[in-house]
Amino acid sequence: MLARRNFLKASLAAGGGLLLTATLPTLAKAATLGHAGPDAVTLNAYVRIAPDGRVTITAKNPEVGQGIKIMLPMLIAEELDVAWADVQIEQADLDPRYPAQVAGGSTATPVNWLPLRQVGAAGRQMLIAAAAAEWGVPATTCTTAAGQVMHAASGRSLSYGALATKAATQPVPDLKTLTLKDPKSFTIIGKPTRNIEVPRIVTGQPMFGIDVSVPGMLYAVFQKCDAHGGRLVSSNVADIRKLPGVRAAFEVKGGTDLRGLLDGVAVVADSWWQANRARQQLQINWDEGDIAGQNSADFAATAVRMSKGRPETILRKDGDVNEAFGRAAHVVEATYHYPFLSHMDLEPQNCTASYADGKLEIWAPTQNPAPGSKLVSATLGIPESAIKVHMVRAGGGFGRRLSNDYMVEAAWISKVVGAPVKVLWTREDDMRHDFYRPAGTHFFKGGVDANGNLLALADHFVTFSQDGVIANSADMGPTEFPARMIEHLEFGASMIPLRAPTGPMRAPRSNGLGFAFQSFLDELAHAGGRDPVDFALNLLGKPRLLPDPPGPRAGPGFDTGRMAGVIRLVAEKSGWGREKLPAGTGMGLGYYFSHLGYFAEIVKATVNATGAITVDKVWVAGDIGRQIINPLNAENQAQGSALDGIGQALGQGLHLEGAKVVEGNFDTVLPLRMRQAPPVEVHFLVTDHPPTGLGEPALPPALPALTNAIFAATGKRIRSLPLKDHDLSTTA
Amino acid sequence: MQYTIQVNGAPRPVDVDGETPLLWVLRDTLDLKGTKFGCGAAQCGACTVHMNGVPIRACQTPIASVGTAAITTIEAIGETKVGQNIQAAWIALDVPQCGYCQAGQIMSATALITRVPAPTDHDINEAMSGNVCRCATYTRIRAAIKQAADAGRA
Repeated sequence: MLARRNFLKASLAAGGGLLLTATLPTLAKAATLGHAGPDAVTLNAYVRIAPDGRVTITAKNPEVGQGIKIMLPMLIAEELDVAWADVQIEQADLDPRYPAQVAGGSTATPVNWLPLRQVGAAGRQMLIAAAAAEWGVPATTCTTAAGQVMHAASGRSLSYGALATKAATQPVPDLKTLTLKDPKSFTIIGKPTRNIEVPRIVTGQPMFGIDVSVPGMLYAVFQKCDAHGGRLVSSNVADIRKLPGVRAAFEVKGGTDLRGLLDGVAVVADSWWQANRARQQLQINWDEGDIAGQNSADFAATAVRMSKGRPETILRKDGDVNEAFGRAAHVVEATYHYPFLSHMDLEPQNCTASYADGKLEIWAPTQNPAPGSKLVSATLGIPESAIKVHMVRAGGGFGRRLSNDYMVEAAWISKVVGAPVKVLWTREDDMRHDFYRPAGTHFFKGGVDANGNLLALADHFVTFSQDGVIANSADMGPTEFPARMIEHLEFGASMIPLRAPTGPMRAPRSNGLGFAFQSFLDELAHAGGRDPVDFALNLLGKPRLLPDPPGPRAGPGFDTGRMAGVIRLVAEKSGWGREKLPAGTGMGLGYYFSHLGYFAEIVKATVNATGAITVDKVWVAGDIGRQIINPLNAENQAQGSALDGIGQALGQGLHLEGAKVVEGNFDTVLPLRMRQAPPVEVHFLVTDHPPTGLGEPALPPALPALTNAIFAATGKRIRSLPLKDHDLSTTA
Repeated sequence: MQYTIQVNGAPRPVDVDGETPLLWVLRDTLDLKGTKFGCGAAQCGACTVHMNGVPIRACQTPIASVGTAAITTIEAIGETKVGQNIQAAWIALDVPQCGYCQAGQIMSATALITRVPAPTDHDINEAMSGNVCRCATYTRIRAAIKQAADAGRA
């Protein structure tokens, strides 16, 4: 607790003043205002106004680098009508009164855009009411600006700080009657706004999960079976206890849920280095279970075998693809494959837990604290009311930290040793115990007519199952593009049983499907002699909204006009087709709709005689609606997403051997580095649609844009990733 | 085993095994948590510190090998003019996303500008490619290095 208070010291407002809380699910019929005591920081407040006018706004969501700790308070501050310079931001703990405390799915913008502005507007209205009562004038004659209520007719004004106590006694407004600002008068939303954490980051202040320090804390490592789900039979754990610095070493019998506590051996020491060094002396006898066929080579052979038969499941069937292939001018068959990937958060998984007297306090760099608390409760048999979860800034998430396995490990180990414990994984732990982006293989057949227009497309998608059902994030929906664009289309799927756990990774499904489909569509464009941009615009056809099929994932549908809009914009900005490129240089297009965002990207790349790839530049065009909330961060997110995709395409892929991940570190799975990173030019197309999220949708188009550029540069079609496994040399 | 190392201008006695990497001495013994652990294999650069002004990977530097060399960490890099310029540029251009790698990036960038006051893109590629940014903020890191270099020559 002490360490956490230290973390917060710099961002705490003076206690007292106005406290505005709201619960969001139906959002805030529940805006309430009350007096904040000196302990206000522990309350579930969004807004606190100190007597000196400083405003403390609570950031409810986990921060993993997406900038949400700034963005959500910007929404509140705008409608509260305060000066951003007067705002201090406080990170919330996990608390049931805050809804949707999750960093995932690029959901924070669409979910919070209206409700959090209403939170701010409700506070503003109460401050106005307080001023109006003070002056004996109608509230409608009062205005606000930068933390002041003004009455123009009499020239009077009062600061929010002076009004806060009186405002707390005003009735809570009905949110339906609140008037939100005209976007033209925004002073915070839409303005490039710097991340307030950067001064702390650049001076090395402790702020990440790995930096948490609790008095009396010990350090732990936890060795699990690298064959996922393997069971512990025996170990030499007694020998480990004698090693330098070791305070405890013990076997853990976990469950069978790969997202929960697993079998393993915990080593707890005075320092992490000692714990990890002692662990190297561990000898464990594992029962690895049935590992037959759990190899990348076997998966590839099985996929080919499956492709020769009918798909196990038909996902969509429109028209008659075989009839259409029969009359097509050109028919292309091609197999596309993308590999398993690790999230590779640069901060390895870690968590600190302190168990005492039946209560648990947890400091977790998690994207998804609520299920973590439930997991800990169920596993340790402690009621959630006795578990406090602090959300600590995470050194990257990318979907990995939607799972909370590290949290339950720390909680369990702390309970066993009866002391605060920080569990920290090595890079190898992190890479070998991930929830992997599932690999996938697509057996495509496509036909174009004599004009080069797409006539028909079939995909037999060979993916993975786990415990008899589709593996997490390994599915494909019936509306996958170009479904609904053409009359004759068939999607089928077959599944290979998989031991390794899979899960969402930044732009889940889309990150692999985008590569496969967008590459094959490029291939078909070239087969019919069409320019890929022209082919895409023709395929999209007239601007129209295609509603989603009913179901849990139904959203606002797919707007072909918005997709075409970003394709046109990126073509224009990149000079597509207007420039004669030198030999060995080419440009490629990728476009994709995911997480409610429409993105088109063009990559310019050069391949030299030795086969070395230079990514010269990336152009990004995105449509995420009518408002870019923080343009400074939006550009950063879009650049990072595009480069994330480029990095995956160039150098990343995992192999399974005997149900274990072969790779363990950055020497074999290659993160993108400075020398490979091209300039990324980002443009947003502002359209009159609700604002949507940006953590993910800029990633999927980058991979096929690169591989399509390589085709344009070399004539070599890239049908599998990563590129480091391809020989693109033209010299003997 | 007792060692006294020079960290950020002050002698710091520590009692650890001689094989203990400098990284863990800094983080867990001396409570200087700005230096980060990313890979443990000199692959990511998150643990970059300066030894006599030269960037090194603290995760691969046993404490017994440090001797009397001057170690500088992110916590003290702002005491130099170049370090201040780098920090100011990082803030001005809003470089970080998650921020986890940035201490290492700043240590490498500071060493670069100290050595090469006007670095070219090639210089930046050579000096910075040992530092992984998983969020891929490379565009802004490059721009911030150039801005800091310009500030240093102004």
